[in-house]
Amino acid sequence: MGKTLAEKIFASHLRDEPFTGAKVLNLDRVLCHEITTPVAIADLVWREKDRVFDRDKLKVVIDHVTPSKDTKTATQAKILRDWARRHEIPDFFDIGRNGVCHAIFPEKGFIRPGFTVIMGDSHTCTHGAFGAFAAGVGTTDLEVGILKGVCAFREPQTLRVNLNGSLPAGVYAKDVILHVIGQLGVNGATDRVVEFRGEVVDAMNMDARMTLCNMAVEAGGTSGVCMPDMTTVDYLWEFIKDEFTDKAAALADYSQWVSDADAVYASVLDIDVSNLTPMITYGYKPDCVKPVAELAGTKVDQVYIGSCTNGRLEDLRQAAAVLKGKVIADSVRGIVSPATPKIFQDALAEGIIQVFMDSGFCVTNPTCGACLGMSNGVLAEGEVAASTTNRNFNGRMGKGGMVHLMSPESAAATALTGVITEASSLK
Amino acid sequence: MQKKFGGSAIFLDRSDINTDEIIPAKYLTEVTKEALKPYILEDLKIDGFDPKSDELKKATVVVTRENFGCGSSREHAPWVFEVNDVHTVIAESYARIFRQNMFNGGMLAIELPKGDIDQLIALQQQGEVDIDVDLPAGVLTAKAGSENKQFSFEISEFDKALVEAGGWVEFADARY
Ligand code: SF4
Repeated sequence: MGKTLAEKIFASHLRDEPFTGAKVLNLDRVLCHEITTPVAIADLVWREKDRVFDRDKLKVVIDHVTPSKDTKTATQAKILRDWARRHEIPDFFDIGRNGVCHAIFPEKGFIRPGFTVIMGDSHTCTHGAFGAFAAGVGTTDLEVGILKGVCAFREPQTLRVNLNGSLPAGVYAKDVILHVIGQLGVNGATDRVVEFRGEVVDAMNMDARMTLCNMAVEAGGTSGVCMPDMTTVDYLWEFIKDEFTDKAAALADYSQWVSDADAVYASVLDIDVSNLTPMITYGYKPDCVKPVAELAGTKVDQVYIGSCTNGRLEDLRQAAAVLKGKVIADSVRGIVSPATPKIFQDALAEGIIQVFMDSGFCVTNPTCGACLGMSNGVLAEGEVAASTTNRNFNGRMGKGGMVHLMSPESAAATALTGVITEASSLK
Repeated sequence: MQKKFGGSAIFLDRSDINTDEIIPAKYLTEVTKEALKPYILEDLKIDGFDPKSDELKKATVVVTRENFGCGSSREHAPWVFEVNDVHTVIAESYARIFRQNMFNGGMLAIELPKGDIDQLIALQQQGEVDIDVDLPAGVLTAKAGSENKQFSFEISEFDKALVEAGGWVEFADARY
């Protein structure tokens, strides 16, 4: 019987099975940010176990609130910074070089096919785009990961989502994943790995695959995954070129992780995207999804473009294409946060930052920013945001605020008119 | 050391209660668990629910519906329960990370079928509900007024070991 990618990774990383069904895995990466890690550090210090299992496997960033906004967030940053220095962790990204965790770590080539990855952050599932098993965990799992390099999981079954057909113009990975979550519901993938397959995924670049995998957790999924292929190799090549004679050799090696043709799936969802239209959320759960056209005309107060879902170069390009030569509505505040310094610089070089600024957008430094309502861009009570982020929970971007999730293109179109707008209706 | 389970129950009769509702993101700037205490369930949206009520202050058991604790991975959600002496949650189902976080902290996230949760919720009509947890036997006893109901539950050997050890750090440190 064949194995899925997740089963292959579990088998190859199994350290221990203390009880039937409880799989303790060796970890290749333990990722840390300043919100969930400080409590783990404080606990390790309190236990007199202030050690790290392998400083080269820890990757650390300050991203959620940066620059620090007050004494408390400055203290969180300081705890993380002091700890990273104390343990001489080489890959620690502080202000000036920092960016949103799920964008900057892949960009640095830290995530490879077949890896096990944990982080104290639910959107760690993003990294499955590289054919890794990547799961969000709490602070206790993170603490044990830092100290021992292991994490326990119930072996998840795999839910396969076949994305067939071809994407119509103006429909993107974000629209696809919103549609998938609408189909699965917010707990339709609980304790499952969501495997994205099909010709639509094969044709996607890594940015788009990360957008897909990023929101697997909104359906309850443990990790999203895509199969490693030549697109993965091309993306990673500058980091792996010393490990392989050529790209074909890298591909041959990474292919060992691809799910076998006779692998067994818990369930399979077939979706033809050929007739899909741009999608949007309404309400306070990410499975409340409709075509953008059905909410067209709804007034918004703020448009946010950024986050680990849609703050990458491809996303900024799509938004800028809509904004170019135009000015956003007076009634709207536009904020864009390029997810990493590299994305910011590339966008600068391509003239995209200029387009945003000319259109009236505020361009912030790379950070999680408005995404979780604890840093900049917080909504006032009763305000409505059009956002390219991943959560529309009540109060997510500010107490009493309402969030509509959508693609960068839809968000840009909405900024121009001040009301929810499908980009194609502007043409 | 094993924690104390059971006690006075509060009922959150809604599915998909997320961790932002259990503890809003703006309090994630706290670096001690104790500091979270006043903010328990501050943004929870259920008609008639008051996060400042005496009922919640007294409660040590939460009874709720499906997919409890979905959303963010923040362990601040189990912590805000822990520092308010709520060590037992009983639900139809959980989001994976929240459930793991409860057991990792040596607390109980018990799953019961919908019919049992319906009965527990109905029991409120008899007055305050008190729940006793017999972990080795896997039996919950709920008392309200003159009524007395029993429900059996299962938790895995691994989860039981985490609870007995007092959490995952203790377990892992002894073993790896
Ligand atoms: S951008 Fe938003 S969802 Fe992503 S890691 Fe930051 S806070 Fe979390």
